[in-house]
Amino acid sequence: MNIAVTSKRLFYPGLLFLILILLSTLPFYASSYTVVRLSSILMYVVLTVSWAIFSGPTGYISLATASFLGVGVYTSAILGKALPLPIIVGIGGLTSFILALLVGVLALRLRGIYFAIFTFGLLAFIKHLVLWLEAQITGTRGRLVILVDTDTIFYVMLVIFVMTLLTAYFMRRSKLGLALQSIGEYEEAAAHVGINVTLVKIITFAISAIFVGATGAIMATRWTYIDPYIAFDPLYSFMPVLMAIFGGMGQLYGPVIGAAVFAYLEELLLTEFPYYYMLIFGIVLVVVILYLPNGLVGLIQKWWKGGLVRQRANTRR
Amino acid sequence: MMFETFLDVVIGGLLMGGIYALIAVGLSLQYGVARVLNVSHGEFIMLGAFITWLLYTAFGINPLVSLAICGPIIFIIGFILHRTLFTRLRISSPSPAAFEGSSLLASFGLLFIIQNIALAIWGGEIRGYSYLAFPVNLWGAIFAANRLVTLLFAVVIGLAFYLFLARTRLGKAIRAAAQDPAMAGFMGVNINQVLAICFGLGALMAGFGGSFISICFSIEPTMGLEYTIIAIIVVVLGGLGSIPGSFIGGFLLGLIGSIVTYFEPGLALIAYYGLFILLLLVRPTGILGK
Repeated sequence: MNIAVTSKRLFYPGLLFLILILLSTLPFYASSYTVVRLSSILMYVVLTVSWAIFSGPTGYISLATASFLGVGVYTSAILGKALPLPIIVGIGGLTSFILALLVGVLALRLRGIYFAIFTFGLLAFIKHLVLWLEAQITGTRGRLVILVDTDTIFYVMLVIFVMTLLTAYFMRRSKLGLALQSIGEYEEAAAHVGINVTLVKIITFAISAIFVGATGAIMATRWTYIDPYIAFDPLYSFMPVLMAIFGGMGQLYGPVIGAAVFAYLEELLLTEFPYYYMLIFGIVLVVVILYLPNGLVGLIQKWWKGGLVRQRANTRR
Repeated sequence: MMFETFLDVVIGGLLMGGIYALIAVGLSLQYGVARVLNVSHGEFIMLGAFITWLLYTAFGINPLVSLAICGPIIFIIGFILHRTLFTRLRISSPSPAAFEGSSLLASFGLLFIIQNIALAIWGGEIRGYSYLAFPVNLWGAIFAANRLVTLLFAVVIGLAFYLFLARTRLGKAIRAAAQDPAMAGFMGVNINQVLAICFGLGALMAGFGGSFISICFSIEPTMGLEYTIIAIIVVVLGGLGSIPGSFIGGFLLGLIGSIVTYFEPGLALIAYYGLFILLLLVRPTGILGK
């Protein structure tokens, strides 16, 4: 009995450790094409998990992810030549954190659909503001970004990925995570229990934005050329929402699995059907919302539970 | 000279405002009654614009006459979409708030589907045609006749729709469904039918708006999102769900855009979004919202 419990307790950390070792040695045995593809899958996982850190428990639909990513991208484009890479990535995370603090202070009073509309309007606002500023100051639309080799991008992405997962994990276990959960259940009651509702929301929102900004700063180096339309593409706001729903938000691994599977599918669709990729994307979005409200994980759990019930029925007989 | 410039800016703003108002009324109806914040609203505008363009360039049908053809087509598309997709979502959602979230995301899916079907059919080029494009002189300020005609039509359609809501039996059912869908259902309103009609009517307004846009401006399959965002801004400006609010908001936004464009053309969009963000923070319920 005890052995079973400890082996079960060691199973998931062991599995994670194995995956981490496989990932961290990837550039030694895989082709550089695989490394590039995995970097972009890691990017989507980070975006989705950090979206789910805040929006999962609270139920506030944030469409600000693309704004945070774009701010990171521009940090990298502006400071790229002046500073070493780790510092740029750090500053990318920091600027994104500050933007999220500002947005949080202003907008987290808004509930429900208003918050979603606000964050989406903010994205359009920042995009056009940057476009106008670039035209006024530099007289051009886009910028060139420094080149970084694919292995370095991959390792930086991996570090951000691990940090995001650890943050998400410990956040769920902490008092802060419980407070967030209770805000999602019933915000007024949470406030009455003595939770500083506004503070909890703002801090979580800002912390979750750090990883998105850092991701933007490193991924910008892969795109080499950026302009506001690339950096503030609304797709980066919707993808994390879709991927989190696709995976299921009840568990931490839901968004991770959702993002990984979906990002892989996206790469596949892009190479196989470049013209119909967006059409297929739309159909998948509608179908997932209609038929998989609890996501892939919900589906798997349903099967698994069904299996368990049958097992129990068997033992009783 | 001063007076002419002033007229130029004000009338120009009102002309734009008429179209804004019409598309915002459609969105307001869809959100206020059917509770769907339809982000694919602009795609119905695009469909209206392309159907009108197609009828004019291929069959030579007068764009104002083709309103009678394009309107019903788009209404039926909207009606069927609500009966299949959104009704199902509404029934399976655990709470109204959950439905608002999931229908928002589903309408994003629709956006990509409709836009990419249009791109596959018509390609990515910018299209346009010329109809009633002769100049009209209004006290020294000069405008194209087609823009004045579209403003007139937009106002007439808006008024007719308002009377329909206020005076007819179906209009009463729609207003009841907006206030309390469950109670309206108890009173014998076929709620699924009424909500689907509302969604269809919202799409119809978008289609009409699209027809007018195609008369005055050039069109392309990816034009939708820009108008969707404008419609959302107007609806928030006027108060979510308020039809007269949307009308006032439309003209107000048209005027603001016209004034800002006069001073600094590059800032018009930034002014729209800035105003929108400010408004959400100061008075999220809008001008006429409760």
